[in-house]
Amino acid sequence: MTDVRDYLREWAMPHVLCPGCAHGTILRAFLEAVKRLELDPDKLAMVAGIGCSSRLIGYVDFCTLHATHGRAPAFATGLKLARPDMTVAVVTGDGDGLAIGGNHLIHAARRNVDLTVLLLNNSIYGMTGGQAAPTSPAGSVASTAPAGTAEAPFDACKLLEGAGASFVARVMAVDPIMSTNVMVEALSHRGFSFVEVISDCPEYFGRYNALGSGAEMLAWMARKEAGVAAALANKRYVNHVPTASDTSGLATGVFHREERPVFTGLSTQAAR
Amino acid sequence: MTEARLIQGNQACAEGALAAGCRFFAGYPITPSSEIAEHLARSLPGAGGTFVQMEDEIASLGAVIGASVGGMKAMTATSGPGFSLMQEHIGYAAMAEVPCVVVDVMRGGPSTGLPTSPSQGDVMQARWGTHGGHPAIVLAPASVAEVFELTVRAFNLAERFHTPVTVVFDEVIGHTRESVVLPDHVDIVDRRRPDGPVEGFLPKAAAADDITPLPAFGDGYRYHLTGLVYDERGFPTTDPTQTGALLERLHRKVDAYSPEIEDAETFMTEDADVIVFAYGIVARAAREAVRLAREEGVRAGLFRPVTLWPFPAKALEAAVGAARTVIAAEMNHGQMIHEVERVAASTAEIVPHLRVDGEPISPAELLAKLRERAAAQTGGRG
Repeated sequence: MTDVRDYLREWAMPHVLCPGCAHGTILRAFLEAVKRLELDPDKLAMVAGIGCSSRLIGYVDFCTLHATHGRAPAFATGLKLARPDMTVAVVTGDGDGLAIGGNHLIHAARRNVDLTVLLLNNSIYGMTGGQAAPTSPAGSVASTAPAGTAEAPFDACKLLEGAGASFVARVMAVDPIMSTNVMVEALSHRGFSFVEVISDCPEYFGRYNALGSGAEMLAWMARKEAGVAAALANKRYVNHVPTASDTSGLATGVFHREERPVFTGLSTQAAR
Repeated sequence: MTEARLIQGNQACAEGALAAGCRFFAGYPITPSSEIAEHLARSLPGAGGTFVQMEDEIASLGAVIGASVGGMKAMTATSGPGFSLMQEHIGYAAMAEVPCVVVDVMRGGPSTGLPTSPSQGDVMQARWGTHGGHPAIVLAPASVAEVFELTVRAFNLAERFHTPVTVVFDEVIGHTRESVVLPDHVDIVDRRRPDGPVEGFLPKAAAADDITPLPAFGDGYRYHLTGLVYDERGFPTTDPTQTGALLERLHRKVDAYSPEIEDAETFMTEDADVIVFAYGIVARAAREAVRLAREEGVRAGLFRPVTLWPFPAKALEAAVGAARTVIAAEMNHGQMIHEVERVAASTAEIVPHLRVDGEPISPAELLAKLRERAAAQTGGRG
């Protein structure tokens, strides 16, 4: 029985993540999915962009490609088309995947390349110091939004479903067992699978918005799933910006799943 | 040899890529390079290759790098605006040492500029376009046949040195049809793969010749590739010693091999008083101007760099010799002329002949320039 720690590059430790950050929990959930599916590490590639989430791939003993900011879906598309024998998973963040890399992400979804994308959403830019992200809730404080951001955030799952992703799901770091289960389904899905993983950033998002420690943020996350986000709204949002009272975007589970032709490059299409 | 065919430069580029072993192309439509993508969209599938049209030029080169990491020889092609977008990933490929070929069919700029007109405005961008300082290999064919030849060479250099290689030519060469006889067989170079054990593999361990092995993902060697500065394990580091060693090695990989890489052509320079420095399509006009000038008794010559980068400085120095004047002819506001001045300004007068109006430089105007400079010399200036 493989121990998921066998998948780690222990020589690469210590890692760069802050105390209380849930990204490590999410990586563990992913490795449990790899283990359950008995994926061959030689045939598993992880591709990432730039940011805290993207740094995760450095710590796993697979074929790991640390690409440029936002471009991991493009690198992964080329890799998967060149190596259809490999399982290719992308790790990205909300800034990496939805701001600078938003176009690459939606086009990878549209093509239905056989990739699994994990988008770790911590509502803020962590690595660069807590700037507002395209997922920062309206009114939430960030270093570049000291009075609260006035922009509306993306709903990543709705965006990806609209873009044509053939598997769309959301899980939360606070529930690693569910996270693993959904990641197993995503990795098993033939086509483009997208899993938004709600993570935390106690160092910036939590501190700027008085949400407490990492543990407190996870508890907050758990309650949000139970539908008590309204109570958080008062704490999260500053007064002068209209708040998004709709909490449906915080639902978890597999939202969309369909079978449709997988893009494997024109060579296969021409042969059909 | 096969029979002669009438094909355009862009098609010769696509055919050169196929002959060199390219089996992956990712690109984005842009004039005047689109025929390269169109040709490969038709021909790659039958050759066991893969074609994908990406959402932009950034993604195109990203996909090319991903495919190359997967072990495929891969290329993209674009023009100025797209070449600007690709700079990010040219730097990545140089840093992470991923072989790939970028073709830039130059058009008038800046910005959207003149999409259907020739230019040589990207030759300095090809050297210095990406941030941070990196080695560069840039080839500049001057004919349809040479587009084929240098596209093959670009792949061979990319695979030999594990680095991006850029091929630059202009709209005229891209779209001109010439009768060419392309070779049935070309020599091809494949990247160095590791032959040691998988366990304990250090992807970036010091190599005597500075070229570290590059296994394909999926072939059993599990390793990390990054655009961050990395150590011998390929893992990010900020250690000054390792940082310096990496950057020095990356540059040495091209600098130390520049005698092998550099290429230039000379025409009647041996006894020349006036030499035209020109590359790409301008060198074709210059050659004709030199021939006509010689008929008039003007001792003219031509120096044509085939590799713009590394710049063939020694060959230029030798060609200039005792010539008193070098006319640097370019379809830009004066870019490679700075290299000419660096090499030859101490012995010869460097005279620019530049055009930025979207029209190619003609033999007639260069002939007039040669006459003018020759007259100036005999007029007692020397």
